[in-house]
Amino acid sequence: MAMKYNWDWSIILCRSPEEEPTAAVEPGTLAPDATSAVGGGAGQFFDTGASCAQPYFDWIVSGVSWTIIVACAAWVITFSLGSIIGIARTVDQPVVRAVATAYVEFFRNIPLLLQMFLWFFVVPELLPEDAGRWVKRELPLPEYWTAIVCLGMYHASRTAEQVRAGIESIPRGQTQAGLAMGLTQFQVYRHVLLPVSYRIIIPPLTSDFMGIFKNSSVALTIGVMELTAQSRQIAEYTFNIFEIFTVATLIYMVVTLIVVTVMRFVEAKVRIPGTIAMGAD
Amino acid sequence: MIEIENVSKWYGDFRVLAECSTSVAKGDVVVVCGPSGSGKSTLLKCVNGLEPFQEGTITVDGVSVGDKGTNLPKLRSRIGMVFQNFELFPHMTALQNICLSQMKVLGRGPDEAEERSMKLLERVGITEHAHKHPAQLSGGQQQRVAIARALAMDPIAMMFDEPTSALDPEMISEVLDVMVDLAKEGMTMIVVTHEMGFARKVAHRVVFMDEGRIVEEAQTEAFFTTARHERTQMFLSKILEH
Ligand SMILES: Nc1ncnc2c1ncn2[C@@H]1O[C@H](COP(=O)(O)OP(=O)(O)OP(=O)(O)O)[C@@H](O)[C@H]1O
Ligand SMILES: [Mg+2]
Repeated sequence: MAMKYNWDWSIILCRSPEEEPTAAVEPGTLAPDATSAVGGGAGQFFDTGASCAQPYFDWIVSGVSWTIIVACAAWVITFSLGSIIGIARTVDQPVVRAVATAYVEFFRNIPLLLQMFLWFFVVPELLPEDAGRWVKRELPLPEYWTAIVCLGMYHASRTAEQVRAGIESIPRGQTQAGLAMGLTQFQVYRHVLLPVSYRIIIPPLTSDFMGIFKNSSVALTIGVMELTAQSRQIAEYTFNIFEIFTVATLIYMVVTLIVVTVMRFVEAKVRIPGTIAMGAD
Repeated sequence: MIEIENVSKWYGDFRVLAECSTSVAKGDVVVVCGPSGSGKSTLLKCVNGLEPFQEGTITVDGVSVGDKGTNLPKLRSRIGMVFQNFELFPHMTALQNICLSQMKVLGRGPDEAEERSMKLLERVGITEHAHKHPAQLSGGQQQRVAIARALAMDPIAMMFDEPTSALDPEMISEVLDVMVDLAKEGMTMIVVTHEMGFARKVAHRVVFMDEGRIVEEAQTEAFFTTARHERTQMFLSKILEH
């Protein structure tokens, strides 16, 4: 591959202050060859530690942290709300089912980007005056809260479908057996349907979590400085677009891999003896 | 103890049960048979309110099943039910399966429930498998756990819906043996089955259903020797061939 580009990893790893201004101003002149930069840069990073002034590494750390915080917080909403909606779609009461179905259809069919804008720009205007003012003026980090709520509620519609599918995959006889021994409908869900269906849907729930993790990058459109946003900002400062987006890609992949590995472990841990696990995808 | 009077049930336009009437007294063992789709399972499910019915009345120990005010969970907890496909809960061990409703419905403590469960497992002959999950048990063992689970509620009656028809032939007798013992101990039982050997041995009466109707009901001996209806005779000749 005949690439004209001079890879320069030092912008991320090299943290010595004197290199920074040039790197930002004129990236082309500064590129040492890639191999030595990786090794040397890493060494320098660990050597100079906190004393350094170069901001890019910190920006990435901050971006990764926000990505993880936003994704995890959104997932809490997704999991709890998605479970409630998914369960509601399987109960006997038609009204409850209809409301849950409406939720799923609404949030699933509007593009995430548009939902992000709706939550950020439109919803505060629709709130009662006091609440709206509070959101706009006093709520700290409004874009972060918005992103969390938006991602959480968007993905809840998907998780709800997984939960519903999981419950519906359990033969009716199980419910009948539960009811026949005197359990209430609530108890049948609590002790029979949910423990079994959550085990079944661990793989799709894992994919859902990864979806939230990746979609958290959409939050950059309303100003959340997560990993993708930070990468773009560094790219703009340094013009080292290849390095920085490669690093971002790798970070997304590593976190994804960790999640998959952890979930495989969880799945094996809760596997019902005598049955075969389906494996996370 | 169980009175079924003129019960009819429809699925949409399709009539599954047509004016069914019969009664089961305390200590009775009644076998219900009939061709596939004749409504046997549906009738059992109407008795414990798992399926609603549109006409007629069913009373269990004086409580009307169809009444809006009836506490169905309570009523159901007094009638044990055993299913064709066992329906053990796969994520629980045999022991946990038997303990669950004792603790959640009867409010027994874990120790009491477990002690009672172990006694029942002993009675159906599978104490050594108490801590296995259903997927690790044979069909016959699973069905015996299911029977123990139903008995754990100290039911006033037991209903069996084709308890042996999902089993390999060599496992049928181990389940039937348990049921025969139960019958001999005086348990009130309604058993849907095509095991005519079992019927002959323990049933007091046999009910024959076809197309949602109770076509024939007779004392066991009379049923096999002097069945009156053509349908019953055809069914019997088919079933007794093998
Ligand atoms: N949920 C349902 N909706 C519509 N029709 C049903 C439903 N459940 C059962 N049926 C119909 O009702 C009829 C009686 O069913 P049921 O299961 O009671 O028969 P069965 O005598 O137990 O037959 P089998 O020996 O095959 O178990 C059948 O024709 C069946 O197709
Ligand atoms: Mg049936």
